[in-house]
Amino acid sequence: MTIDEVRQIILNILEDIAPDEDISSIDDNTKLRDQIDLDSMDFLDIVMELRKRFNIEVPEKDYEHLATLAGCISYLQPLLKDRLAAS
Amino acid sequence: MAYDAIIIGSGLSGLAAGIRLAMFNKKVCIVEKHTVLGGLNSFYVRKNRTFDVGLHAMTNFTPKGVRNSPLGKLLKQLRFSHDDFRLCQQHMSEIRFPEHVLRFTNDFEFFRQEVADQFPKEIDGFNKLVEKILSFDELNLNDNETLGSRPILESFIKDPVLIDMLNCPLMYYGNAREGDMDFYQFVIMFKSIFVEGFAKPVGGMHYILNLLEEKFKQLGGELRMGSGVTSINAEKGSVESVTLESGEQLAAESVISSMGYIETLNHCSPSLKETDECETGKVSFMESLCVVDREPRDLGYDKSIVFFSTQPRFDYKVPNEMINVSTGVLCCSNNFNYPEPMKEGLIRLTNLANFAQWDALPRKDYIQAKKNWRNQALESLFTFFPDFRDNVVFLDSFTPKTIKKYTGHINGAVYGSPEKIKNGKTPVKNLYICGTDQGFLGIIGATLSGISMANLHLLR
Ligand SMILES: Cc1cc2nc3c(=O)[nH]c(=O)nc-3n(C[C@H](O)[C@H](O)[C@H](O)COP(=O)(O)OP(=O)(O)OC[C@H]3O[C@@H](n4cnc5c(N)ncnc54)[C@H](O)[C@@H]3O)c2cc1C
Repeated sequence: MTIDEVRQIILNILEDIAPDEDISSIDDNTKLRDQIDLDSMDFLDIVMELRKRFNIEVPEKDYEHLATLAGCISYLQPLLKDRLAAS
Repeated sequence: MAYDAIIIGSGLSGLAAGIRLAMFNKKVCIVEKHTVLGGLNSFYVRKNRTFDVGLHAMTNFTPKGVRNSPLGKLLKQLRFSHDDFRLCQQHMSEIRFPEHVLRFTNDFEFFRQEVADQFPKEIDGFNKLVEKILSFDELNLNDNETLGSRPILESFIKDPVLIDMLNCPLMYYGNAREGDMDFYQFVIMFKSIFVEGFAKPVGGMHYILNLLEEKFKQLGGELRMGSGVTSINAEKGSVESVTLESGEQLAAESVISSMGYIETLNHCSPSLKETDECETGKVSFMESLCVVDREPRDLGYDKSIVFFSTQPRFDYKVPNEMINVSTGVLCCSNNFNYPEPMKEGLIRLTNLANFAQWDALPRKDYIQAKKNWRNQALESLFTFFPDFRDNVVFLDSFTPKTIKKYTGHINGAVYGSPEKIKNGKTPVKNLYICGTDQGFLGIIGATLSGISMANLHLLR
């Protein structure tokens, strides 16, 4: 998967988790929780969606890497790079 | 073909837990004794009219865009948009006592001003109490210390009538205990009613339950109606299966039960000694639904919800008679900001009731008693409010006996046992409870309870 595809995957997850949010204006380098009001329950949902969709386990110590969109991309891209983007 | 989880009960907590588990690909089945969804918050049809059983109003209303409130969290966790719930806010509600009236809306500052106007000497204490409430962590699942709320209220407020007036709506909408209320529960209810507020969904509970059912099924969840659980089989301290009324056994890795704590333990086989040590809930209600031939406001009923006491002091306890007619809750469904007016006027009256006395009546006397006590309740109401008897086109009532029959809750106790099990654990390792006896009450509370127990015990 390319960086753009990984980015899109994360946006898709956010869109599912927060249906009332406008995610088109998310800035890659600002903390997600400052932009769309995510709390710890929501972070858990992101982690669980990654497990469900890609079988990726994110250990609790790595949650900090998911704080920004850019952080998510650089953490997840190596784990996803050999996969094909799902249709 | 074992399930990852079986959920007992298709009330709000069970449905919510089911949605969360199905969302993350758990193989999950909800088993429900009744043939209709909803449990304590269901609906029924009489003479072509659909009535909500539980819904007066949804508490905890916060507008679209507020995401850290209980409603906001619930919507996010179940992946609904605020618009999906089609919530319409209340006009105005009130607490009416012989000497004072406190009105409130979904704007807390309005209520604060009412307290200042009605109880000028108490407003400083009230404001300090509010500060304490707002900074209190009522959702801590590990905190098992219980503080009564009356001593705390008395340390801020001198006038006992104001204390009673504050307690009145909070107790009616969420106190399992007679007399006093646990302080954390007081805080939950204060925030949900005064700080946040009331709304009703277009289409009532019927609509919300359908929404939840559809989502659960879309996610692959299985729902079995008319399938009461007769036993929860836990041989060596952990559940292996449940047996249904039909005799069928369903195997499961875990079970979440919304029947109530004692009700759940009572179904365990072999039986558990812990059952004897639990306190059962006693608080229940009789409710009368009066369909009237015009808008309630044209009959002098212009408030959304009214919590009243015809006596100067309010005592929340199981009455010695069949019902207590001197205090109650009035709900006028029409007085919410619906996009279109409802087809008919509806006034509901709720009174505290005594389960044991209702349960003891033979069928013939029971029907007659319902009529008699409804008349007495209305007569008492009309000493305080305008008479609408000439405008009634349809009347129906249900009692604690009805509630017991359809939901299985011991004593028809709407808010379950006074002792809550906040972490949802039972003596059986993979058996958890959610809903009423876990401690989050009401429509929003029960739904959040299902979500948080599924998250805590099965998804982490
Ligand atoms: C008259 C009344 C008015 C109310 N008004 C309001 C209001 O205005 N606002 C508000 O927020 N809340 C209100 N409530 C409270 C609210 O309805 C409840 O707090 C909430 O619905 C509880 O949901 P629950 O999932 O915990 O329990 P329940 O809804 O009781 O769910 C338990 C389910 O388990 C099922 N069950 C039991 N035993 C078995 C078995 N052996 N096998 C299979 N299934 C079983 C039951 O049939 C039931 O469906 C009201 C309640 C009543 C009764």
